[in-house]
Amino acid sequence: MSADFLYAIEVLLNGLMAGVMYSLVALGFVLIFKASGVFNYAQGVMALFAALTLVGIMNGEVPFSHLINAMFGTQVHDFGWHVPALAAIGLTAVVMVFFAILVEKLILKHLIGQEPIILFMATIGLAYFMEGFGDMMWGADIKPLDVGLPKGGSIWIEENTAWLGGEGQRFFGFFIDKLDMSATLVAAILVIALTLFSQYTATGRALRAVADDHQAALSVGISLRAIWVITWSIAGFVALVAGIMWGSKSGVQFSLAFIALKALPVLMLGGFTSIPGAIVGGLIIGMGEKLFEFLAGPLIGGATENWFAYVLALIFLVFRPQGLFGERIIERV
Amino acid sequence: MTSTVTPDGRTIGDVLLEVKNITLRFGGVEAIKNISFDVREGEIRAIIGPNGAGKSSMLNVINGFYHPQEGEIFFHGRKRNAMKPSQIARQGIARTFQNIALFKGMNTLDNIMTGCFTHMKTSLLEQAIWWGRAEREEYVYREKVEHIIDFLEIQAIRKTPVGALPYGLQKRVELARALAAEPKLLLLDEPMAGMNVEEKEDMCRFILDVNAEFGTTTVLIEHDMGVVMDISDRVVVLDYGRKIGDGVPDEVRSNQEVIDAYLGVAHD
Repeated sequence: MSADFLYAIEVLLNGLMAGVMYSLVALGFVLIFKASGVFNYAQGVMALFAALTLVGIMNGEVPFSHLINAMFGTQVHDFGWHVPALAAIGLTAVVMVFFAILVEKLILKHLIGQEPIILFMATIGLAYFMEGFGDMMWGADIKPLDVGLPKGGSIWIEENTAWLGGEGQRFFGFFIDKLDMSATLVAAILVIALTLFSQYTATGRALRAVADDHQAALSVGISLRAIWVITWSIAGFVALVAGIMWGSKSGVQFSLAFIALKALPVLMLGGFTSIPGAIVGGLIIGMGEKLFEFLAGPLIGGATENWFAYVLALIFLVFRPQGLFGERIIERV
Repeated sequence: MTSTVTPDGRTIGDVLLEVKNITLRFGGVEAIKNISFDVREGEIRAIIGPNGAGKSSMLNVINGFYHPQEGEIFFHGRKRNAMKPSQIARQGIARTFQNIALFKGMNTLDNIMTGCFTHMKTSLLEQAIWWGRAEREEYVYREKVEHIIDFLEIQAIRKTPVGALPYGLQKRVELARALAAEPKLLLLDEPMAGMNVEEKEDMCRFILDVNAEFGTTTVLIEHDMGVVMDISDRVVVLDYGRKIGDGVPDEVRSNQEVIDAYLGVAHD
């Protein structure tokens, strides 16, 4: 096989892995959208906030240290201890549950029965608030995150695929990032677990019921407020996973919040209401944009990754507005 | 109070629900004016009246969607404080809706399973890891639900999304979901509205069978006078938010005020 062809396959594989990272963010959107019909603009910022909190806890940083130092003229920065990664992840998960309770108490509770657009506006406000709050709490520096996930290219894969090129070809095996592979594994586990949970448990059914009809859900004894806390907790948990993966890849920085924008075309492709859709959509976008850059990039001057996903989503909107896996709205007349 | 036995052999017990001097206002409109009546255990109690008489409002008060400005509600002889609908559902009051409130995207089985929600006791964590107790619980309730599905003869549509079902069947699924809660009190808001004669007969049969088989106390709202008189033990008649009649069907039928409300009065 020619080296170019093999290189195209490598691009494709890496595209798939990049797509998984998009899917992780998109998943959080889908969960909240399914359970409350709200498009949660703050999902990306939640991932950022979770990652910031995780790094902060791991490094034993003092929250609000800048604020404290400015107000009292002190020089506190950290507690001087290090928390092991797993314990820190557990603590961050607790913080995200606490955050979900606050969101319900301070925002959602007061907006019961309002139009989705109003809830959407509320989540935009929430996104900006959290961005500022995260900054105030943990500072605005770019921080490396290392929770012990494997890094770098997999040498095993490189060595064992090098023969594919054959004699005399300039091909030395596929380069595949170990971090990307673990992200894929984590995403797969997450999706399977979430799907089973929502399909085969009483609480999962209650989540779907609330998404479908509030009044009917109340009449069978489901408490909307409890379900919202659960939904936002799960979304917070997914945000944490996405935050860990993106943070490990490119450091915890405020531009993480913008990866949320890439989740939008993913959702348009996969459908806003489908968990498998978020995954497949992410894969298609990831693969598509890498391959397009590889094939057409040199011809039209590159940087196609910036816009390819949106154009693809636009084409989808024309031909299949509900996305690949979105629920078709059944209306009996 | 002692229990009585109806001619067809059902036992009617003590007062289960009592509403006393209920008044409900929406701004300046009085939807319900000072209404009192009781429902006894095991009976089928109908609330009838022309459009806008306050029937559905009354049901919504019992079910907790509306909170009356005045009056008291006694359930099991105890006074009930203002509660949220989900809390009232947990007390054993299930209902169906006039304009069907099913989870349209979910299939029949899942819809009915949501009815068991208040009975399922395992915690979120146990369910999340499908721990033994959660799994067993799921099977126990699945069996109960299958029994209800057989009872209401909807086996064939078990896996169909309810949004795709015809109207009559949707009504039946909604009844099944209410029954899955094993309610002490079942509220049916116009269970036969918009049905043809055959569907109405089916629905009547199911309501009577449910009452006979499970002894479920039922309060139903209905327009069709013939249906009401045939299946209910006692009837409350509302008109413009007032109670104008209360008693066994024959009494109500011969009540002049009721006849006036339904047929109109000659003004001369």
